[in-house]
Amino acid sequence: MSSEPEATLTVSKIRFGTVIDHIPSGRALNVLKVLGIRGREGYRIAVLMNVESKKLGRKDIVKIEGKILMPEEVSVIALIAPTATINIVKDFRVVEKRRVEVPDRIEGLLRCPNPTCITNKEREPIRTKFRLVSRNPLVLQCEYCGTMVSEKDIIELLGNGIDKR
Amino acid sequence: MDNPFIGRDVISILDFSRKDLEQLFRVSREMERFRKSRIDVLRDKIIALAFFEPSTRTRLSFETAAKRLGANVIGFSAAEATSVAKGENLADTIRMLDSYADLIVIRHRFEGAAKFAAEVASNPVINAGDGKQHHPTQAMLDLYTILKLFGRIDGLTYAVVGDLRYGRAATSFIYGLTLFEPRKIFLVSPPLLRARTEVLEHLRRRGVPFEEVDSVESIIEEIDVMYVTRIQRERFPDPMEYEKVRGAYRITLELLEKGKDSLKVLHPLPKVDEIDHRVDSSKYAAYFEQAANGVPVRMALLALILGADLESMGVRL
Repeated sequence: MSSEPEATLTVSKIRFGTVIDHIPSGRALNVLKVLGIRGREGYRIAVLMNVESKKLGRKDIVKIEGKILMPEEVSVIALIAPTATINIVKDFRVVEKRRVEVPDRIEGLLRCPNPTCITNKEREPIRTKFRLVSRNPLVLQCEYCGTMVSEKDIIELLGNGIDKR
Repeated sequence: MDNPFIGRDVISILDFSRKDLEQLFRVSREMERFRKSRIDVLRDKIIALAFFEPSTRTRLSFETAAKRLGANVIGFSAAEATSVAKGENLADTIRMLDSYADLIVIRHRFEGAAKFAAEVASNPVINAGDGKQHHPTQAMLDLYTILKLFGRIDGLTYAVVGDLRYGRAATSFIYGLTLFEPRKIFLVSPPLLRARTEVLEHLRRRGVPFEEVDSVESIIEEIDVMYVTRIQRERFPDPMEYEKVRGAYRITLELLEKGKDSLKVLHPLPKVDEIDHRVDSSKYAAYFEQAANGVPVRMALLALILGADLESMGVRL
């Protein structure tokens, strides 16, 4: 990885998997959390925090050996690490680079912060739906109750990460 | 003529265009002829009224409207009397009503309940109030009342007074105004009860001139329509705070006399003591007429959504 000279000094390359680069510093653990990775799944994982970055000053990096991220997983990362880049690695080579982008509609990932939103009512077969209002600053709106959610609220609203498939 | 209402859900006033509402108001005006009689255009229809929350006017005016159109009405007016009390969820209750009736009118204390019900039901759903969010048919009859009183909705200056944070009637009224061209909207409330972010954002996006102010006194001379809503005691964590603001939002005859001669006061009702009783019989009071307008407007809405053959009854669409 030529874009992370500091990182390659301390962590070896991965053979097959995903490198999530340019995570805002201090958010690597949140990225793992929203991906639903708790450490017991068996993946070899490297977490680098607060390393130097030309673009960001400081950044975090997460390397996951043995896992290729699905598009939905890439979208969740966009919600908490909008600057992140995703590198898919096969045979030690980056075969695909993806930019993360918050989708126009986010279904089922975030909890609505409004306690009297129908999506928070017990025993209803319903998934939350948020509409993207603005990318920068990031603002989402609950399609059911109209509540607006901004970037600083999102980490908390992601709860326990995306559904396990 | 075209009927853009056929089969539609009514979740928010913003689901409709100005043109839709103008058609609704034309048909409402025609429905006034049948206020005390019947126009049997929905004889074979059943309308379900699912009121999970208490209501007087909205439920009774829907029921009256349905009956004047010749439809039958089923339903309930308190969740306690239904299987909801046994723990049944909303989705199952709606599915059942959907299989019995041709249209469902719902009021529920959760925001988004009507939208969810519309997703579950195959028949049209009308939102008669979902928590603090929307009350679209109230906004329809409010705008209709203004149109009847002033001959127009555009170009007037409005004050929306009271609980703008939790009040769904006030919120829907503000949203409804943004479909027209008001000269200006004053949002008058104590700081604790200011309009919600999404409402203010919407006003900005639509480019509607508005201003948030603390008192009616300072703007009374400028306004044509004062839309008053109740400030509920339970919204205040501190009872002392409530006592303080209560007086400041009381609409008296003396206050109204400082305003324009043509000033009209609207209120979605029920009112408690936010309007001085002496206002009731004055030229300013429009709220009883407003409540009466609920019937023709809801008649028009039900008939249009259910595709009633109004034209054969001499009603132009």
